[in-house]
Amino acid sequence: MQVNFKLNGTPVVVDVEPRMHLADCLRDELRQTGTHLGCEHGACGACTVIVDGAAVRACLMLAVQVEGSSIVTVEGLSTEEALTPLQTAFRKHHALQCGFCTPGMLTTAHALLTDEPDADGDRIRAVLSGNLCRCTGYIPIVDAVLDARAAYRKSDKR
Amino acid sequence: MKPAPFEYQAPATLREAVDLLASDPEAMVIAGGQSLMPLLALRLATPSLLIDLRRVPGLDAIAIDDSGIRLGARVRWRDIEDDRRLETAHPLLRETIAQVAHYQIRNRGTVGGSLAHADPAAELPGIAVTCDAELTLVGVAGTRMVRAGDFFTGPLTTVRQHDEIITELHLPFWPSGRRWAFREFAQRRGDFSLAGIALFYGEDQEGRVANAHVGVIGACDRPQRLMEVEALLNGRFIDEGLIREAAETSARTVDPPEDLHVPAAYRRALVATLIERGLRSAAQHRSA
Amino acid sequence: MIGTNRYIGSPVERIEDLRFLRGRGEFVGDLKSQGMLHAAILRSPIAHGRIRGLDSAAARAIPGVRDVIAAAEIGAVPTIPLRLLPLPGTERFLQPVIATGRLRYVGEPIAVVLADSAALAEDGVGALILDLEELPPVADRRASGRHEILLFEESGTNLAMTFTGVLGDAEAAFRDAPYVRRECFEVQRHTALPMEPRGLLAEWDSTQQRMTVLGAAKVPFFNRDTLAAMLGLAPASVDLIENDVGGGFGARGEFYPEDFLIPFAARHVGRPVRWLEDRREHLTAMNHARQADCEVEIACRRDGTILGMRGEIFVDLGAYVRTNGLIQPRTLAQCFSGPYRVPNLHMVVRALLTNKTPSGTYRGPGRYEASFFCERLIELAAVDLGLDSAEMRRRNLIGAAEMPYKLARLEPGGAAVDTECDSGDYGEVLERCLAEFAWEEKRTLQGRLIDGRYHGIAVACFIEGAGAGPKEAARLELEPDGTVAVYVGSAAVGQGLETVMAQVASDTLGMPIDLVRVFHGSTPYLNEGYGAFASRSTVLGGSAVYEGAKSLLEKIRGAAAARLGGPPDDIELVDGRARTRDGRSLSFADLAADGLRVDAMFQNNNKLTYTYGSAVAHVAVDLGTGQVEVLDFLVVEDVGRIVNPLTLHGQAIGGVVQGLGGAFMENLVYDANGQLLTGTLADYLIPTASDFPRIRAIALENHPSPSNPLGVKGAGEGPIIPVGGLMANAVGNALASFGAMPNQLPLSPARVWRMGAEAPMENLGKNARAEPVSDAAGPGRSQIRR
Repeated sequence: MQVNFKLNGTPVVVDVEPRMHLADCLRDELRQTGTHLGCEHGACGACTVIVDGAAVRACLMLAVQVEGSSIVTVEGLSTEEALTPLQTAFRKHHALQCGFCTPGMLTTAHALLTDEPDADGDRIRAVLSGNLCRCTGYIPIVDAVLDARAAYRKSDKR
Repeated sequence: MKPAPFEYQAPATLREAVDLLASDPEAMVIAGGQSLMPLLALRLATPSLLIDLRRVPGLDAIAIDDSGIRLGARVRWRDIEDDRRLETAHPLLRETIAQVAHYQIRNRGTVGGSLAHADPAAELPGIAVTCDAELTLVGVAGTRMVRAGDFFTGPLTTVRQHDEIITELHLPFWPSGRRWAFREFAQRRGDFSLAGIALFYGEDQEGRVANAHVGVIGACDRPQRLMEVEALLNGRFIDEGLIREAAETSARTVDPPEDLHVPAAYRRALVATLIERGLRSAAQHRSA
Repeated sequence: MIGTNRYIGSPVERIEDLRFLRGRGEFVGDLKSQGMLHAAILRSPIAHGRIRGLDSAAARAIPGVRDVIAAAEIGAVPTIPLRLLPLPGTERFLQPVIATGRLRYVGEPIAVVLADSAALAEDGVGALILDLEELPPVADRRASGRHEILLFEESGTNLAMTFTGVLGDAEAAFRDAPYVRRECFEVQRHTALPMEPRGLLAEWDSTQQRMTVLGAAKVPFFNRDTLAAMLGLAPASVDLIENDVGGGFGARGEFYPEDFLIPFAARHVGRPVRWLEDRREHLTAMNHARQADCEVEIACRRDGTILGMRGEIFVDLGAYVRTNGLIQPRTLAQCFSGPYRVPNLHMVVRALLTNKTPSGTYRGPGRYEASFFCERLIELAAVDLGLDSAEMRRRNLIGAAEMPYKLARLEPGGAAVDTECDSGDYGEVLERCLAEFAWEEKRTLQGRLIDGRYHGIAVACFIEGAGAGPKEAARLELEPDGTVAVYVGSAAVGQGLETVMAQVASDTLGMPIDLVRVFHGSTPYLNEGYGAFASRSTVLGGSAVYEGAKSLLEKIRGAAAARLGGPPDDIELVDGRARTRDGRSLSFADLAADGLRVDAMFQNNNKLTYTYGSAVAHVAVDLGTGQVEVLDFLVVEDVGRIVNPLTLHGQAIGGVVQGLGGAFMENLVYDANGQLLTGTLADYLIPTASDFPRIRAIALENHPSPSNPLGVKGAGEGPIIPVGGLMANAVGNALASFGAMPNQLPLSPARVWRMGAEAPMENLGKNARAEPVSDAAGPGRSQIRR
């Protein structure tokens, strides 16, 4: 089936089997491999992408369901030149080791801080509890997200 | 873990969706997919056709009036969380739904999907049963209403006929001044709970309990009300003695499944703990 | 150190992060090859049985399914050799790369289906028809020890190996001891669970007769040699390529059946083949770990001085002895007593085969289990003898003056495998830890009921034997652009290897870190390499890079002297330039034309480094739910020398949280039929962001390692080691008034609840007390001679 949607601002058309989930579509059909698959049953959060402004698990959505949607992946958060404030905070706090869960952490935190730039530590931990990390013990990730809030507040007050 | 092959349709009307469903005994309905997708990935569900409700109009509204609250089948957990009207219109619903699963799941998971999936530990079925809600189902033969207490028949089983689609959940009007609580326990935040309870009651002029509703999830094969506990509470003043009595009654009357690492005795005790804590907190807080 | 750099010891932000943060990491699942087929694997649905037949006709008939490979297609089916401890007798219990008739665990590979997509390959697996004969399973180590049902009849036994650790004369020590106590403990089966499942992409070049395998990890050189032997190729005809690796923790990167099956399939069909393990198969295919139980004894003087420990430990090894499967039982026997002076020790460890997934190493293998057993024993003795937990440990830690301190003699193995604590002051970290935690103040909380929860504190000490030999290789080359390329035989598994090696190289060379590029883990770079296990990369790889960098500097000096004139000793190397005394200079880029390159090999004569530390924790137990909250957790360790405090701190916090997963929630549960009941991440619970938010770690570098030029000690595993024992003791202390005996892990809510449920409701809390109990020994288990 043919599906049309926007990926990181660019319109794309793909032809997929109905059974293909969104993460496979992004990774295999569109070669955007920043979105990772850690479980394929909605338990680890590594495949989190932002669909129409909301963070969702790309393994729990069929590609054919995103017709007409606008999708942001980890690749869409980055710029060629510099790391974003969120990415910079992750690096500063050593909030990643193997880097496998990192794209899902970034997309989830980005969606959260875009909506709730004042989220406190408890809220951040609650939201990130849907993303598994086996390396860091999470504490530096939470610290990084707390640290990045200021940048989202600023952009909110435009 | 790729799903087995299936056909996919996203009909534009409810009628079309029902007809498609009726035409294929192996067809299934998908909305948010947050319960169905893992089953597809594990090939525990192998439908021949998936009927996506995403284009069907009229299923995504939260309507509030004197008769209560109508939740469209495609209302997401996030919609309930974001609807400030529910702070007074149904605080129990709002508080409970805030505890469903994780952030990403709440952005996709729907009212209709949760009811149809009928996990014994799911929060919304628990609220529906506790509040005496009614489901609207539409099938080829027409529309029917089913009381939540009659809808769930066991783990992942309901009275829904194959050709029926859940379109709405109606929660009866929530009067102001009710006392209420929701408590659930899982070892990790966001997991299906080992047990959970929802309760509310009004009070008569003197402050005695009236119209107590007490529901339990996770510790039985389907969400259910604990009628004995309700009867015990009605007409009495809440005090520590009654709370303990209610907790012990709940532990005695609930019928948890035995499983290898969560013994039934533990779930019973957990229900008692949650009832005790729920009643204690309800006695201290009253909804506006 | 040459030059003015101070990278070593600084919190250098990681080089790796720049790609990971942009979604540009290259994990094996991100890679494709022209004409690639996808593999899926049919695995045994039963724990024990025989294959009577396999009908692949329906699978082959599916359009897009290209081939089905089972034992028959492979011919002579090789078994997977042991990488570590290949002791005589173990050859009887090695795993064939594919089931050849007998099935010994749920998840054992039976056939590989190759298709145009992963989904089609799974369709093919679903269409394979198996005819099986079921045999009664050996469901646990007790059944195994009866030897009634055998996994390998021809061997006549289910006992894969017995290790004995001996020091002094335990029998005599126990005979004369004024206090002894015997207890049983049990650690559950759990697993490393890296977030990236495994994956392989194999390409066969039939013209060159070369095999290239992407997705290697941990020990690519050993695996290259193993695969080459199995395929009948020269090692030089096989390349293993390491890509970004999504976590290892000891389990990933060992040679598994798929490491043969996928390359074989690629050669068999003459097309590239990719296999990406899914999470469900990961949980039965990847090494399990940790499962052990014991009956052990401690003997003490009345003042708490430990006289001896002895007992018997049983390891539930699973169905085969895998590459490193004997490390856990070995360590349990040799390192049972951890950092404590136990002059008389006799520990017998029996590794028994069962119809479960084979086990292997997982971060702190054997040490986590041993620490749980040993710390529980010590705590019970402290309670019995009326001693403060910290004082009990203080009295028994190995002293600084006793270094090097020899640990137990291991049999089989003997003197050749002796190991000794290398250096340090164990008491120093204990005191620092207690002071930071305010132990004396917090002692008043012990057992108290506050706002409905019981509070408990505990302390534990640990050593981390790491940096296993024998050696590691590095090559450094001066490149035409003036940069230095560093090739190292160590492997990256997500721990920040590139950054750490670059720190060592750039400090030693006196060059800015961005002029050093690190390459690692792939066989084409070097002739030999040893990889990433036993927290060895910084110790051995780092030392090899250091030695190589020093040699390269000498070469640069020599080359500069030859070109500029004068003796090499007069050449000064600063900021990427070689300068004579009279100020003439050449840039490193100018000198690159001379082909400057060095090969270095660092050997440590198999001397392990011993990082050591102490950990303390404060917990609150809710008996209404059985939930334990960790209110404070502090670990202090001395790692000899800190290369990168950021990555070191990451290892400590991450290790502790993994350990807490094992202490409270992770559990691979099997039923009596040998079926795994926790086969998804909805059932196998690992910690999440909201579970353990209060962990602190402090690293010291007061006592460098004497066995390498950097003075570093391996530090990837220490902080996980004490967590199980620490948590059990904290919970036990919190619930002392109930006579709680947390002798089994995990401390699940149901298990903790039961510790309190046995006391009558009305007594709840009445017996909680502030001081350690002095007479609450379990019934008949302890004995104080009067």
